[in-house]
Amino acid sequence: MTRRPGFLVYGLLTAFIIGSTAPLYWSLLVGSHTKDVVTRDVPPLLPGGHFFDNAQRVFETVEFWKALGNSLLVSTVCATSVVFFCTLAGYAFAKLRFRGSAPLMIFVVATLAVPTQLGVIPLFIQMAKLGWTGHLWAIMVPMLVTAFGVFFMRQYLVDAIPDELIEAARVDGCSMIRTFWNVAVPAARPAAAILWLFTFMTVWTDFFWPMIALPATNPTVQIALQQLQSGYYVDYSLVLAGAVLSTIPLLVLFVLTGRQLVAGIMQGAVKG
Amino acid sequence: MSLDHPVAPAGDVVSTTSPAGATTAPRSTTEVPVPREPRRRTLRHRLSRLDVQLSPYLYISPFFILFLVVGLFPLIYTGYVSVHQWSLIGGQGEFVGLENYRAVFEDRYFWRALRNTFSIFVLSSVPQVCIAMVLAGLLDTQLRGRTFWRMGILVPFVVAPAAVTLIFGNLFGDRYGLVNDALGLVGIDAIAWHVDTFASHIAIASMVNWRWTGYNALILLAAMQAVPRDLYESAAIDGAGKIRQFLSVTVPMIRPTIIFVIITTTIGGLQIFTEARLFDNVGLGGSDRQWQTVTLYLWEIGWRVRNLGMASAVAWLLFLFIVAVALLNLVLTRRIGGGSR
Repeated sequence: MTRRPGFLVYGLLTAFIIGSTAPLYWSLLVGSHTKDVVTRDVPPLLPGGHFFDNAQRVFETVEFWKALGNSLLVSTVCATSVVFFCTLAGYAFAKLRFRGSAPLMIFVVATLAVPTQLGVIPLFIQMAKLGWTGHLWAIMVPMLVTAFGVFFMRQYLVDAIPDELIEAARVDGCSMIRTFWNVAVPAARPAAAILWLFTFMTVWTDFFWPMIALPATNPTVQIALQQLQSGYYVDYSLVLAGAVLSTIPLLVLFVLTGRQLVAGIMQGAVKG
Repeated sequence: MSLDHPVAPAGDVVSTTSPAGATTAPRSTTEVPVPREPRRRTLRHRLSRLDVQLSPYLYISPFFILFLVVGLFPLIYTGYVSVHQWSLIGGQGEFVGLENYRAVFEDRYFWRALRNTFSIFVLSSVPQVCIAMVLAGLLDTQLRGRTFWRMGILVPFVVAPAAVTLIFGNLFGDRYGLVNDALGLVGIDAIAWHVDTFASHIAIASMVNWRWTGYNALILLAAMQAVPRDLYESAAIDGAGKIRQFLSVTVPMIRPTIIFVIITTTIGGLQIFTEARLFDNVGLGGSDRQWQTVTLYLWEIGWRVRNLGMASAVAWLLFLFIVAVALLNLVLTRRIGGGSR
């Protein structure tokens, strides 16, 4: 109890929290007033009553519903696929013995440090040849597995499953895949939830690749946002109302699962 | 590493005893029970062995196959594209050797992009790691409502870079921005954030800092909580104050995590794209490319100039640049950390 924090610590932390949320609040302020708000001498302190008008204009200006649907679909498919394949591979690396497992794992770790985004050009050439550019497949395929996912699941499963449990399942006559299903999958659930969340957020917030691979008529949320400000004159009430709208889904997810997200970041750090 | 504690042999043991229905018989690795149905048993035995031997490869193959196709192959193929004429529309042309690289090196905008990237990277990573350290130190106390504070500093992380950039683009507006208004209150003239090179770098770096500081603070916090508390007690007995304890106990103890944070920040910071692209409504990094980063330059060459060959050369050079800076970082942090001991 020697380290009970004083007023100073709480004060500084409060300042940090205010700083962390103020830009979002500002976005809501501008997005809920008419567009002349930006030029006022004294900025408003409270949200105005025009948010729904501005939101309406967002939906009229760009295909925001379609973008929301696209982002939701792409993020969900990728997150689910990453969790499935990376849990399988992570389990194999954590708990099964096979030739080449150590060097293959080192390979996975090494690729963590390689910025694979730099492969966008061949990826684009490939997709164009397959005729996938413009289709959501082009966005999903590169994100169906991640090296981070394998690494993360392996680190978790190494400690989460006692070897005796696997042996017991084998003694009971379970095949390898049944053992995986009955022993590893239940044990992996907490880490799988975190990995799902992370992957969902990564895909949802990605901008570079969707901008290259998708046409303006079939955007994700982030691309729709860009379209809002691409005119000659930038209407900030419109743009920032869009910014708020695009953030709401993740904010909801954050309110529901923020605890797990915090735990996941801290857990990954200790083990990584 | 529990890779050294395999369970596979257990499977072998099981397959020699249980298929005959002898689950209640005492298990032993040496004793082989007399088989009642020799042919069926061998078949089952073989299948089980096959299961044990092949399953691991089956489980890791989806990852490796997909990863090779969409991760590793494109990276290597970038090298192949970079030594060819390759237009966005026309596709592959003839082999040109290092011509694309020469073209990149002779383009002054490449060097400008390199300078901008490095400058934005330094402006974003150094304050970010320092502030994250302080923030983690503040959180590493017996706080009331821990979860609230931890979630609070993570809020920026759920705002996508595109949205962050639009918001900050408004805050850093040249004429009506809130930042300039605030500066005006303390008597500082309005800054042309979208014109002046250094000012634009500060604006872009602040977006990166805003989004990632809390995230990194949580990583550092996790490491700090693993530091044994009695170290602080003995430091306190030796007369060290809170700040002295932080510098002499906390920082050396969590050095590996600090290095980890610096490396990941480096890899991310050198690839900044969204912030630079959306900072104005033109999207090319300023009228004179004041804030064009290398990734944005790569995109302009590839998809505006439509020269994929030259863009691939840029990608490879950026890759080498990132590796070089990451290694330099590693050496520097090692040395600094070692010197303070």
